[in-house]
Parts: sequence; C-alpha cells; structure tokens
Amino acid sequence: MTITLLFVFVLAGFVGYFVITRVPPLLHTPLMSATNAISGISLVGSLVLAGSNRGTLATLLGFVAVTAATINVVGGFLITDRMLKMFKQRLPGAAQGDGEAKALPGGNGKAPRAEAR
Amino acid sequence: MLALILQLPEHTAPANALDLRETGIQLTYLAACVLFILGLYSLTKPARAQRGMQLAAVGMLLAIIGTLLHRDIVRFEWIIGGLLLGTAIGYPLGMFVPMTAMPQRIAVSHMFGALAATLVGVAEYQLHHGGPPRATMAALGFEVLFGALTITGSFMAFGKLQGFITGTPVTWKGQNAINLTLFAATFGIFVYLVVSPDHPVLFYAMVAMSLAIGVLMVLPIGGADMPVVVSLLNSYAGLAASATGFAIGNTVLIICGALDGASGFLLSVLMSKAMNRSFGNVLFGAFGAAPTGSAAAEIGDRTVRSVSAEDVAVQLAYARQVIVVPGYGMAVAQCQHQVRELATLVEKRGGEFKYAIHPVAGRMPGHMNVLLAEANVPYDRLYDLEEINDQFEQADVVLVIGANDVVNPAAKTDPGSPIFGMPILNVDQAQSVIVLKRSMAAGYSGVENELFYHPRTSMLFGDAKSSLQQLISDIKEV
Repeated sequence: MTITLLFVFVLAGFVGYFVITRVPPLLHTPLMSATNAISGISLVGSLVLAGSNRGTLATLLGFVAVTAATINVVGGFLITDRMLKMFKQRLPGAAQGDGEAKALPGGNGKAPRAEAR
Repeated sequence: MLALILQLPEHTAPANALDLRETGIQLTYLAACVLFILGLYSLTKPARAQRGMQLAAVGMLLAIIGTLLHRDIVRFEWIIGGLLLGTAIGYPLGMFVPMTAMPQRIAVSHMFGALAATLVGVAEYQLHHGGPPRATMAALGFEVLFGALTITGSFMAFGKLQGFITGTPVTWKGQNAINLTLFAATFGIFVYLVVSPDHPVLFYAMVAMSLAIGVLMVLPIGGADMPVVVSLLNSYAGLAASATGFAIGNTVLIICGALDGASGFLLSVLMSKAMNRSFGNVLFGAFGAAPTGSAAAEIGDRTVRSVSAEDVAVQLAYARQVIVVPGYGMAVAQCQHQVRELATLVEKRGGEFKYAIHPVAGRMPGHMNVLLAEANVPYDRLYDLEEINDQFEQADVVLVIGANDVVNPAAKTDPGSPIFGMPILNVDQAQSVIVLKRSMAAGYSGVENELFYHPRTSMLFGDAKSSLQQLISDIKEV
C-alpha cells in the first residue's frame, strides 16, 4: 500500500514539474495562488476528522483544520480568478493552441489513474 | 456511467465488491485530480487560464461532496461550522485584498494550508493509542515537521511583507550553528520516533521545535529574498499535505501535495537562479546568506545628476522607444496606474512603451506582472529578462521605477559585490536612464548602485507616484 502511494507521489510530482515548467513567468503569482487553492484539498482529511466520532480533541482539531483549509479553498480560488480575469483581456485569438489541451488527459492519466484502486 | 461504477469494484477491488460508496468517493477524487492538473495546465496560456481554474474549482467541489459521503462522518455540526467560518474569512481574503498586498496574502495562505495539515497530523498521532505503526509515524513526522515550520515561517514572512516585523535581516553571532543544531536535534527526534513511536512528549517537543525553526529560518532573511522564501514555503506546505495523504492513505492529498510541492520547488529554483544563488543555499532557508552590505563600494566624490520632471517629460514626449523597469518601489508607491497612464500618453505621441520584468523584481514570483495587469497593461507588453535585454540598446529612455539591485551593473563588473553574478537588466546601454527614487539610499542588498553615477543616468528624486503624476501633467503640455 505504502509503495503504491509512493508511486502516486513520484508520478504526480513529475506531472506537476512538467506542467508547471511551461507556465510563463507572467502567471507565476496566479500559479502560486492556484496551487494554494488546490492544496486546500487537505480539507478532505480535515472533514473526516471533524465529522467522525473520535473524541473531543479530534473534533476540535478537525474543526480548526476545516476552517483553515476552507479559507484556502474559498479565498484561493476567488483570488486566482480575480487575477486571471486581468490577464484574460484583449486577446481575441484565444482559440489558438487548444489542440494541446486535448492531448493532455491521456498523457496525464498516469498518476490519477492509480487513484481508482 | 452507472454501469462503470457498478463494474469497477468487481474488477479492481474484489475484496469489497459491494462498496459502491467508497468507489463513488474515489471517483470524485479522480475527477478532482484530473481537473486540477488541467487547471494548472491551463495556466500555460493566459487567455485560457481563468476557465481552466474555474474547472479546477468544480473539481474541488466534487471532492468535498465525495468526502461528505464518507462513512466515518457521523456528525455534521462541526463540519458545517468550519465550512461557514472558513468561507466567512476566505471570501474577503479572496475578493477584497488589493493586488499590492498579494505577497503577504500568499504567505498567509501557506500558513493556513500548513495549519490544516499539521492539525490533522497531531490528531492522527493522538488517535493511535500506543503510537502509530512505523510507516504511518514516518508520514506523520514529515507532516508535522514541514507543517509546523511552514506555519511559523509563513507567519514571519507575512509579518515582514506586511511590515510589522522588520524587513532587514536579523542576525546574531553563532546563528547558523544554533539553527543547524536545532534542525539536527529535531530531525534526531523524528528518527527516534519512527523507531519507537509511542513517545507523545517527544512528538510534541518535535512540533514545538519545528515551530521554532520556522521563526529562526525566516528571521535572517531580508525583504529582497522574499520571493525565494515564499516559493519555498509553498513547496513545504505542499509536502506537508502530501505527507498527510501518506498518513491517512488518501491519494488525492498525495497528488495535490505533490503538485503543490513541485510548483513551489520549481519556483524556488527559478528565483534562486535569478539571484545567482545555489539551490542548496536556498534550501537551508538561506542560512547566513543575508547580505551584509559591507562590500558597498566607496562613493568617492562622484556626483549624481538630478533632473526635473519637466525635462523628463520632454524626453519622453519625443522618445520612439521607452522601456520601464519596475521594482518593489512601484508596489510600495502603488503607482502602477500612473505608469499605465503615462504609457498611454507616450503611445499617443507615437512612442513605443515596453516593460522589462526581472524575475525577482518585487516580493514574490510574478509580482510586477500582477500589479501591471491590474492597471490594464496588456500582457504582451511585459517582457522577461532574456527577451528584453537586447532591446535596451535601441531604447531612447529607460524609466527605472523603484528597482535597484536588478539594474546594478556591479553584478557584472564587481566580483567583490554580494550580488556579483546575478543576471541583471542592461539598462546602462540605453540612450538615457531616468531613475525615480526617493533618496540616495542603497538597495535592499545594501549595495551601492553604480548605475546612479553613470554618465547617461539622471535621477528624478521624490515619491514615485507624485513624480509620475507630475510627468503626466507635464507631458500633456509638451
């Protein structure tokens, strides 16, 4: 089990590295806030902790963790959206390069696919 | 889709073939991961980025709904309370924080992310009576180690960026030795706990020491090095989230943590390269790397040329090519809108207006880009260091607004300078360089700037915002 998780970790790290290498410096700040919002996924662990009946301490710590993670999810996605809206302006030829996006899901399927097990 | 859900357990997990609920949860996680990666990928194209990240937000919603179906969740009052409180705090942090406050905003969010991971780690340790199994302990150890030092480290970074903790490096004798000893001791406890997990006192001591490391790590780092620190903390927060995933056996956490960790890692490498510092130097929290300023060149009896706004306005009015070099000073003076207004005036008169963005200008990666985008500067006018450096020769006027070290020729010419070897913008090749500056104080690295004494350089002293406003009104009259 742990080894499988290690595979997932390393492969996801590679996917992240190669995707993020291609992000232009122009968008490095939105990138930071985006990864922040995404790492708010620790909400998933916090929710189980806060909602399971495993003692007052666990519930309390879980509650604070849910709050902190929710701040990141809500605040992170909102502020990323605000920033990206500014970068979106006046580029009518937005359709260019969409072909690359289509090629992606197959290529990146590796790491998430391990997820289904 | 339903057929897929019904089939999956038989093929992939025969042991719990009837576990539809668990499969459903995992599928929402899978969808979330795919949408997150697509969201990050969309950031490679500015025009597509907003849409992509909105899809990522949908992915997050799916993952949250999926988790709420978890069979261990039996009560919802604390969950709802946390979600409401988090939204109440997160919404204003997302909607109303101005772009100028973005570095500290990002630092704070690293703190919250690390806080969530650390608390889950502490609770998990507490819930394993008689200590967790060794593999879990190793994951928990990493989680609270990285998590705790990111909490305090990010808070310190926040304080320095917000200005309630001094931005100048705080150093004392034997600092490196103390920090390294503390780090080694903490790591020693970690190793001991993995071998023998049932020592709660040691576990909490480790958490406390990590918290202390976070403070000590960021104290000696000056304001100008903040881009590296913020990226590094981004990476640590991601690693802490990943370790949480290992501890509770959750793949979506591992994947997202790894994405976050890789992103932060990559940004810190880019930032340290842009400052010509080795990555090892950066990894250890830039221990002792705080520039001392002792190497400041002697000023001698050289003089600087001061210039009036009127003269600059005339130069700008007849310039064919103008390049602006923004720095942290532009963020402080909040004058990005005035820069944009000036650009419009120059362009109306037929001049070309470009922006040269050094990778470490400002206090976080991409800081200047966000500020200028806020002022409606089209992003195709923003140029990276490599793209623009050949174009300074053709520039009639270069406006340096609140930038200092990134245009200091000493980085190329003076091997004794603390910033020697750092790639800089070659502004001294332009016909005329105008430096907007409050006074003759040295930059954040404490290094004297040769550029100010360059024969083609003139200084426009004063607050950048009012100087620009003066320029705008003067240029209208030329």
